[in-house]
Amino acid sequence: MTFLSAFEGQTPAWCPGCGNFAILRAFQQAMAELDWQPHQFLIVSGIGQAGKFPHYLRCHTFNGLHGRTLPVATGIRLVNSRLPVFCSAGDGDCYGEGGNHLLAAIRRNINVKLLVHDNQVYGLTKGQASPTSAAGTASKTQPFGDLSQPLNPMALAVAMDASFVARGFSGNLEQLQGLIMEAAKHQGFALIDILQPCVSFNKVNTYEWYRQRVVPLEPGYDPTDRLAAFARALEFDDKIPTGVLYRHQHPTFEEQVSVSRQGPLAVQPFDRAKAEVLLADFL
Amino acid sequence: MDTTIQIGGEAGQGIVTIGDTLAKVFSRHGVHVFTSQDYESRIRGGHNLYRIRLSEQPVQAIRERIDILVALDAESIHQHSRELVDHGFALYDGETLKRTVTDERFLDIPLVRLARQEGGSPIMANTVAIGAVLGIMRFSAVAMAQTLEKTFQHRGAEVVASNLKAAQAGYEFAQSHCPLCSFVLAPPAAGRLLIDGASAIGLGAIASGLKFYAAYPMTPSTGVMTYIASHAKELGIVVEQAEDEISAINMVLGASFAGVRSMTCSSGGGFALMVEGLSLAAMTETPVVIGLGMRPGPATGFPTRTEQGDLLFALHAGHGEFPRVLFAPGTPEQAFYLTNKAFDLAEKYQIPALILFDQYLADSLVTCDRLDFGKLCPQDSRLRDDPASDSGTYRRYAFTPSGVSPMAVPGNGPGLVVADSDEHDQDGHIVEDGQTRIQMTNKRLMRKLPLLRQEISPPELLGDPTAEIVLVGWGSTYGPLTEAWREFSGRSVALLHFSQLSPFPGTQTFDYIRLLRQAKHTVCVENNATGQFARLVQAETGFTFHHQIHRYDGRPFTVDGLVGEIHDVLERI
Repeated sequence: MTFLSAFEGQTPAWCPGCGNFAILRAFQQAMAELDWQPHQFLIVSGIGQAGKFPHYLRCHTFNGLHGRTLPVATGIRLVNSRLPVFCSAGDGDCYGEGGNHLLAAIRRNINVKLLVHDNQVYGLTKGQASPTSAAGTASKTQPFGDLSQPLNPMALAVAMDASFVARGFSGNLEQLQGLIMEAAKHQGFALIDILQPCVSFNKVNTYEWYRQRVVPLEPGYDPTDRLAAFARALEFDDKIPTGVLYRHQHPTFEEQVSVSRQGPLAVQPFDRAKAEVLLADFL
Repeated sequence: MDTTIQIGGEAGQGIVTIGDTLAKVFSRHGVHVFTSQDYESRIRGGHNLYRIRLSEQPVQAIRERIDILVALDAESIHQHSRELVDHGFALYDGETLKRTVTDERFLDIPLVRLARQEGGSPIMANTVAIGAVLGIMRFSAVAMAQTLEKTFQHRGAEVVASNLKAAQAGYEFAQSHCPLCSFVLAPPAAGRLLIDGASAIGLGAIASGLKFYAAYPMTPSTGVMTYIASHAKELGIVVEQAEDEISAINMVLGASFAGVRSMTCSSGGGFALMVEGLSLAAMTETPVVIGLGMRPGPATGFPTRTEQGDLLFALHAGHGEFPRVLFAPGTPEQAFYLTNKAFDLAEKYQIPALILFDQYLADSLVTCDRLDFGKLCPQDSRLRDDPASDSGTYRRYAFTPSGVSPMAVPGNGPGLVVADSDEHDQDGHIVEDGQTRIQMTNKRLMRKLPLLRQEISPPELLGDPTAEIVLVGWGSTYGPLTEAWREFSGRSVALLHFSQLSPFPGTQTFDYIRLLRQAKHTVCVENNATGQFARLVQAETGFTFHHQIHRYDGRPFTVDGLVGEIHDVLERI
C-alpha cells in the first residue's frame, strides 16, 4: 500500500479554490489505490497552470514547452515502454498550441494518458479565450468576443477513433479518481478532458454552472458503440455527460515497433561490432 | 588521369542509378571518385545532372569540363556539348530522342533497343548506358559485372542475368563503334570506401550508439533518415517520422531524457521550427544532436540546391544564453568522426550539438581509404543505476565544480528524475528567486563553457605556416579549396580550414590568428552572399580578412571556377 503522503510535492501556487486542487487530489488517490510508487511512473507537462502539476506531486517529471507534452511523452514511451507516462496539459496547451500533436498521438495510439485541465479560459496569461471557450467570449485580447467556434475534444477524439475517451469534472472527485485509474490501466492512448473551473478568470463556467449540467453517463451505457458515443460527445449544452464516452482497444504504437517491444532501449546493449559491419555497404 | 563523366536527363530517367553504379564500379576498382548531383525540385521531367570525377589521385570537387557525356535527353545535348572537351565522347540514343547529332564526338547508341533485345525490358536502357560508358573507357568488364551483380542481387538471379546482358551489349556496342579512347587507367588497386555526406552522418550516429531518431523529411537532410531507417531493425534503433519538426525535436528530447542517444535532422525551415526545442534542450540539460542540412533560403528558397547560408542562424538559434557545439564537416570522412564527437560532447556536457552540412556534402559520394571505428569515443556518460541508492536522494541539477550534474535515467529505482524548462532548483523544481537563477546560469553556461572550449580542435592547416597568401574556408568547401590550393603550389599559399565552430577554437595549441596576421593576403571563401564566417571570425578574434570570395547561385564551387576567382583576387593585389 502506498500512502498518499508519498506523492506530496511542492506547495501549489494555484489560486485558492482552483479546480486543479481536486485533480491533484484525485490523481494522488488514484496512484495510492493502484499501489504505484512515485518512481514507477512519469509525468510530462507543458506550460500553463496544468504544467505545474507534477511539481506539486512526487514523480519522474519532464516539464517541457507549451503545447509539446505529447511528442516528449511519445519519445519516452518509444524508448521505455515499461514506464507508464501521463501528460498534464491545459486546454490552451493541448488543444491550441499543440493541436497537431493531439491528432498524431491519437493516430499513433501511443500508450500515454493525457489529462487535460479544461477550464475554457487561459489562466496563466490572465483570462483570454481558449480553444474551448464558448463562441462570443469577450476578453482583453478579444474585446469584441471570440469569433471562433469552440473545439469539442470529445467529438474530435471519438471521430478519430481514439482508444479511450473520457470526461471528468473536478467537482466529482470520486468519479475523476476512477477515470484516472481506468485510464492508467488501459492499454492505448487515453484522453481525459477534465472540466475544471477557473475561479479567477472564468466567471461563466463556474462550479455552479458545471454542477447544473454535468451528468454521469447512465449505467448500462455502452462505450464501445462509436456512433452512440459520437452522439453523446456532441452534448455540451443543458447536459454535459461525464464518464468513459468511448473505448476501442487496438494495438498500441509501442507494441508495433519491434525494437521497443524487446524492452527499454536504455538497457539494450549497444554492439559497435554490429555497426562496423555496415561499412561493407560502402565497399 | 582526371576524367569527368556527366549524366544529364530528366528527373525519373534514372540518372542517379547510372551515376551511383558507375561510381561504385570505379571505387571498387581502387579509383578515387567524387560525385555531385544537381537536381530540380520535381519528381518527373526538368533537367538534372550527375557528375562523376575519377582520378588516380584523391579528388574532392567537380571540374567544369566534361570528358564523357551521357545525354539521356535533348537538353543535355544542347546544354553540355560546349563543356565537352575536344577529345571527349558523348552518348545519346538517336532513335529515342529522334535526332542525329553530326558532331563526331557523339556516339549514337540505341540504348532502349538494346535494352529490349538483350535485357528484355526498355527499363534496362540505364544498364546499357552504364555498359557503354565503361566500354568507351575500356574499363574492366569483370569489375562491371561484379558491381552489377552486387547491385541487383537482392532482386533475384533473373534480374541480375538480364542486367548483365544489357550492360554487356552496351559495353560491346561502345567498344566496337568508338575509336580507341584516351582514358588510360592505372591497374586496379584495393577497393576504396565510397560514401556520401548524409550516409556518413548516419553511420557516425549509428556507430556512436544512436538508439532514437525522429525527423520530418526535408531535402537535403532526408538522406540521413533514410540511411538510419534502413538499418534500424538490425541495430535496435527506433526511427519515427514525426508530424512536424517541432514534434521531432521534442520526441528526441523525450527519448534522450529516457536514457538513450538521440538525434534529429532537418533543413533550414524545419530547423527554424525546432528552435524553441533547442532552447529547451539547453535549459533541461538534455543531450541532443541536431543535423542541419543547409539549402538556399530564405523560406523555401532553392529546395534542392546548396548554400552555406545558415551558419550565423545555427550559432545563434534559440532564446536565452547557453553553450552549444557546432561542427561543419568538410568531407564525408570528417562528417563521420565529427558526428561521433557531437554525440560525445552533447552527452558529456548535457548540451545540444549541431552538425551543419549542406546539399553538396549530403549528396556527394567521395572515396576514402577507411573509417576507423577504433578512433570513436564510446563513452556513456549517463548514470545507469538507481541514482538514489547512495544518498537516498537524487538531484538532477546538483551543483558541481564542472557544472555538469550526474544525469540519471528515470525508471532505474526510487531516485526521481525531474527536468524543468522553467528556472529550477537542484531538484528540478520551479523557483522564482534571483540567487538560484545566477547559480544555475553559472552551472549551465559559465562553468561548462571553458571546459567545452578545450575540447574543440583548431583549424586544419595545409601548406606553409608562414605563407604570404592564406586561403580560408569552413565546412563543405574543403574539397574545392584543397584542390584549388594545390593548383597554386608554385606560390606561397596556405589553406586554413575550420570544421569546429562552436565554441570558437582557441589559439593555445595553434595560433592561427597570428598566422593570419602575418600573411600579406587572406582570402575567405564561402558558399553564401554575405561572408557569414568572415563576420564570425571578426566577432570572435577581431581579425578582418583582406578579400572574400562568395558564391550564392545555389551551386557548389568547382575547382576551375574557384581557381579563376582566386587568380582574379591575386591579380588585383
